[in-house]
Amino acid sequence: MPHPYPTAREPRCPFAPAPEIRDMPPLAQVEIWDGSTPWFITRHADQRALLNDPRLSIDEKRPGYPHMTRSRAAGAPHHPPLITNTDPPEHTRLRRTVNAPFMVKRIEALRPRIQRVLDDLIDEMLAGPRPADLVQAIALPVPTVVITEILGAPYADRELFQTASHVLVSHDTTPEESAEAGGRLGAYLGRLLQQKMAAPGDDVISEMAAKVKTGEMTAPEAVTMASAILIAGHETSASMISLGTLALLRNPDQLELLRSRSGDPRFVAGTVEELLRYLTIVHTGIRRIADADIGLHGQVIRAGDGVVFELAGANYDPAEFPDPMRLDLTRPARQHHAFGYGAHQCLGQSLARVELQVVFSTLYRRIPALALAVPFEEVEFAMEGVAYGLRALPVTW
Amino acid sequence: MTAVRIEFDEPKCVAAGQCAMVAPDVFDQRDDDGVAVVLDDTPGPGQHEVVREAAAVCPAAAIHLIES
Ligand code: HEM
Ligand code: SF4
Repeated sequence: MPHPYPTAREPRCPFAPAPEIRDMPPLAQVEIWDGSTPWFITRHADQRALLNDPRLSIDEKRPGYPHMTRSRAAGAPHHPPLITNTDPPEHTRLRRTVNAPFMVKRIEALRPRIQRVLDDLIDEMLAGPRPADLVQAIALPVPTVVITEILGAPYADRELFQTASHVLVSHDTTPEESAEAGGRLGAYLGRLLQQKMAAPGDDVISEMAAKVKTGEMTAPEAVTMASAILIAGHETSASMISLGTLALLRNPDQLELLRSRSGDPRFVAGTVEELLRYLTIVHTGIRRIADADIGLHGQVIRAGDGVVFELAGANYDPAEFPDPMRLDLTRPARQHHAFGYGAHQCLGQSLARVELQVVFSTLYRRIPALALAVPFEEVEFAMEGVAYGLRALPVTW
Repeated sequence: MTAVRIEFDEPKCVAAGQCAMVAPDVFDQRDDDGVAVVLDDTPGPGQHEVVREAAAVCPAAAIHLIES
């Protein structure tokens, strides 16, 4: 019997993948929401080979594609060609039109600004009442301010896109709710695109507006891409900040180590990679469909079969990461799959890295007495999204 | 002493910039689309470790090292 997927984590050990996943054979099958049974790939080496294999496709319009949810399945036929549903070489062409703002040097140039945003939020939190909710005070506003500035969307409009994108990444959403939220976000970004065509600024939507004018991109493509960046760009980093803080508070020796070396950028960068591995927040698998027969571990994945890659499987593969259940900030972890692997590896990874480096090098240094304000067992996890996170993180100092 | 030569398969590059982050003295990214640029295809021994790391983390397997 294929195991139902996604699988609930064990409450006692909420950061690790469910034990069933760790114990699966290298090539297994799981049962997803529609009753279909896609292949399930959990090993680091297999994921590396297959996520760069042209025999696997991300074309979500094909029958048999193992969609994440009913809402996604319902939406798929209506999407224009995007980086998230095309294969190379079309993917390569599309991705190169949206890459520039996320390049390492442009993101590095934002580092001082990100630092200032964080410092102000910490000042505000410290001046306010105790306990505070770290999710609302720091984790969510840092990436939200940053992504709105990059896109050129007014921060004052955040309520609209925070609620819409929360609905869109949730697994508990009906297709109707999802279409409504997507429509609302699309209409908002469409208006913004029109404004930027008339009066461009120094931001990503203005860059897209210029490409729409020259015909390099269509307006619906620009709007869908902007929504994807907005949606992907704030809840994920927010989850990393709140879950990372919780994980460090549960591992006081590692927190102490980080605090003592938070002036060392290489150590901080390594910390971020290990936290990305340890938490692997994208916990619903990345999805592909086979284009041709593929032999693996003595079995055959047939053309037309769905394939799900469990990223936490690779990130807890003892062959790649010895003693994977241990949070070890000193281990080399850069080869993790938290951002995926292959051509679709996360577009926003440099941004996420710099945001997390700034936060993890600053927060515990500036608030050395930071502590949980409730027992660990009472911290509420949010498990329903593409990425898991925390509903709230009550802290004191 | 080993020498390392970098062969870069540009059409595969998805411009995620992992190489430029790990080995900024050897890899840069083109301004208009972020595609990697090899600044030095025979980097000195001081760069070998980070160049190997860049090749290992490149998600598109676009960086090949010829070691001799
Ligand atoms: C820690 C934070 C983040 C994590 C863990 C994460 C994770 C991922 C993963 C696993 C994928 C691969 C999906 C697949 O192969 O099917 C992905 C793709 C993507 N991410 Fe992220 N992400 C994060 C932050 C961001 C940010 C900040 C942005 C935007 C600025 C972003 C934008 C995207 C986009 C647009 C894609 C699609 C790329 C493509 O298909 O070519 N992500 N992300
Ligand atoms: S790491 Fe690979 S895919 Fe990314 S920019 Fe460098 S060469 Fe291109």
